[in-house]
Amino acid sequence: MSSPTLSAVTTSALVVRDLRKTFGDVIAVDGLTLDVRTGECFGLLGPNGAGKTTTIEICEGLTAPDGGEVAVLGRRWASDARELRERLGIQLQETQLSEKLTVEETLSLFRSFYRSGHPVERTIALVQLVEKRGARVGTLSGGQKQRLALACALVGDPELLFLDEPTTGLDPQSRRQLWELVESLKSQGRTIVLTTHYMEEAERLCDRVAIIDRGRVIALGTPRELIASLGASQIVFFSAADGDRTIDEHALGAIGRAVQSARAPRATDGGWELQVDAPHEAIPALLAELPRHGVRLTELRTHSPTLEDVFVTLTGRALRDG
Amino acid sequence: MAERPVRPALAELALVRLREFIREPEAVFWTFIFPLLLAAGLGIAFRNRPAETVKVGVVATSAAAAETTAVALRTSQQLVVDVFRADSAAARALQSGSVAMVVARDAAGALEYRFDASRPEARTARLLANEALQRAAGRSDPVSVRDASITARGSRYIDFLIPGLLGMNIMGGGIWSIAFSIVTARNKKLLKRLVATPMSRGEYLLSFLLSRLGFLVVEVIVLVGFGALVFDVPVRGSLVTLGVVCLVSALAFSALGLLVSSRAKTVEAVSGLSNLVMLPMWIFSGVFFASSNFPAAFQPVLRALPLTATVDALRATMLQGASLASIVGELAVLVAWLVVSFIVALRIFRWR
Repeated sequence: MSSPTLSAVTTSALVVRDLRKTFGDVIAVDGLTLDVRTGECFGLLGPNGAGKTTTIEICEGLTAPDGGEVAVLGRRWASDARELRERLGIQLQETQLSEKLTVEETLSLFRSFYRSGHPVERTIALVQLVEKRGARVGTLSGGQKQRLALACALVGDPELLFLDEPTTGLDPQSRRQLWELVESLKSQGRTIVLTTHYMEEAERLCDRVAIIDRGRVIALGTPRELIASLGASQIVFFSAADGDRTIDEHALGAIGRAVQSARAPRATDGGWELQVDAPHEAIPALLAELPRHGVRLTELRTHSPTLEDVFVTLTGRALRDG
Repeated sequence: MAERPVRPALAELALVRLREFIREPEAVFWTFIFPLLLAAGLGIAFRNRPAETVKVGVVATSAAAAETTAVALRTSQQLVVDVFRADSAAARALQSGSVAMVVARDAAGALEYRFDASRPEARTARLLANEALQRAAGRSDPVSVRDASITARGSRYIDFLIPGLLGMNIMGGGIWSIAFSIVTARNKKLLKRLVATPMSRGEYLLSFLLSRLGFLVVEVIVLVGFGALVFDVPVRGSLVTLGVVCLVSALAFSALGLLVSSRAKTVEAVSGLSNLVMLPMWIFSGVFFASSNFPAAFQPVLRALPLTATVDALRATMLQGASLASIVGELAVLVAWLVVSFIVALRIFRWR
C-alpha cells in the first residue's frame, strides 16, 4: 500500500491521510488513508457499517472529521468550501427528492445552484429519462429515481463525482443500466469515487478498489491485483445432504489438509468452500476425503475467485454479513 | 431540444415552494377554503338577530288565575309564556332551562319569582316579567321614554371576526406551511443534499419568505373580499396600511416558522412544537373574542404576542380606519419578533 503525502495533490483528485471519526462509542473511521488519481474510478468496497459512508461524507465536506487530513482537488474544505461545491458532483445514499416536482423541474433547480454546467435537457438525455422529463418524481421507479439522483450530481459538470451506494436496492436490470451509465462517464475521463458493498459492481466499474473494514483500508489495488493476491485459481464449493453429520471446524481443517493445494477452508451459506490452485487434482482428493467424515455430497461447484473471496480471506467474514 | 436559460437559484427555489404547495390539495384547502368556511359558519351563527325573546313559566292554584297572569305577561313582546298545572312540572322546566323564570301565584294573589340570579337570561326575564305584570296592574311611568334601535356596520360580531380570522390565517400559513416543508426536507435528507451543492443557505430560507408573500396576497384578497361581499365587512383604513400590516405580520410569522422548524427531525415533533406556539395565541390573542376579557395583569404579555399585535392592527385598520402612525406600536412588536426569530433560527438551524 502506498502512503500518499499531501504534496501529491497535483496528480491526485483526492488525498485522505490518517482520517478518524468517532460517533459516541463507535469508531466509524480509524486512521484511513487514500489517494485517488485524476481520471480514475475508485471504489470503496466493504460491508455495511465499515465506515464507507462516513469516509465519503467527510470527503464531501458534509461531516467534520475528528482527525486527519483531506485534500479534494488540491483544496481544503475549511478554506475553499464554496469553490469545491461548484466542482463536485454528489449523490447521497438516502436522499428522497421532492415527489411533487417533475424530473425537469428537479434538474432545473439543481442546475440553478451552479455557475456553470450542462443544460438540463442534455443531462436528462444522458441519464435516459427523456420520456419521463414531465413525470413527477413520485411516479418514477427505483432505478429511474437513482438515475435522476445521478443527473442532479452531473448537472453542474463536476470534475469529481462522489457516488454513495449508487445501486443499492435496485433490481438487476436497473443496476446494469446504471453501470453502463457510470462506464460512459468513466470513458469521458471523469474522476469517480464510489462506495459499494457489491463486489461485482466494484470489479466491473472500478480501476482501483480499497477494501474497507472497521474504518480501515485492509487492501488496495486493481480488482485483478487483489484477486491475484489470493494465489488461488479456483474456489471449490460443496454441500451435503440434510441430516448428514455436519462438518465441524476440526473436520473441515482435516479436509483442507488432505486436499492438496487447498487453502482457507470455511463454512458458507449452505455449504463449505476451499481455495485451490489446481482443481483437477483437488477435486478428486476432496471426493475421496468426504466419505471418511460421513458426508454425502449433494452439490459441487467451482468459480473463479472474486473480490468477495478476497474480503473473506482477509476478514473471515462475508461482505453481506456486515 | 431548445436549451432553456438558467433561472436564478432564488427564483427556482421560490417556484419549487409554489409548485409543491399547489400540488398538495390538502394544503390548498386548509389555507384558502377552510378560513372561508369558518368565517361563513361563524358569521351565520352570530348574525345580528331581532331582539331575542325569553321564555317564562306560570303556575297558579287555579287555571283561571294562571290564565290572568299569562295574559298580563304576554303584553310584553319579548316574553313567551308557558302555563304549568303543577309546581313539580314548573320546577322541572326551570331546572332543565326550558324556561328562564317561573312566576308562581298563590291563592291570595301574591306573586313569587323563581329564577337563578346568576344567569343573565333569568335576570332579563325577571325585569321583563315584573314590568309587564306591574303595568297590567295599573302602574304608570313617571318619565316618558322612547327606544331607538341602531345596527352599525363595523360593530357587529362578523366585523370583529374577519380581521381575527385573517390574522389567524397569516399565523397558520407562516408557521405551519414553512415548518412542514422544512422538516420534511430534513427528514428525507433533501436538506443535506441541497447543502452539498453550491446553493446559498440564506437564499434557501429566503425562498420560503418570498413564496409566503405570494400566497399572502391571495389569502388576504380572498378573506377580505369574502367579508366585504358576503357580510359587508368594511375596510375603512387605506389598502396600503392594510397591505403593510399583512406583509410585516406574514414575515414575522414566517420567521417564527423557521425558528420552530430549525431543529426538529420529524413532522410529528414539529407538529407538536407548532401547536405549542400557536394554541395559546388562538385563545389569548383575541381572534374570536376580545383579549381585554383577560385580567389586566396579563395584558402586557398578551399585547407582546405577535398574533395580538397582528389582530389589533388589522382591526384598527379595517374597522376604525387607523393610519400607519397609530399602529406603529403593533408593527414594532411584529418587527421585533421577525428579527429575533430569524437571527436565532439561522444560528441554530440543523442542515442535515
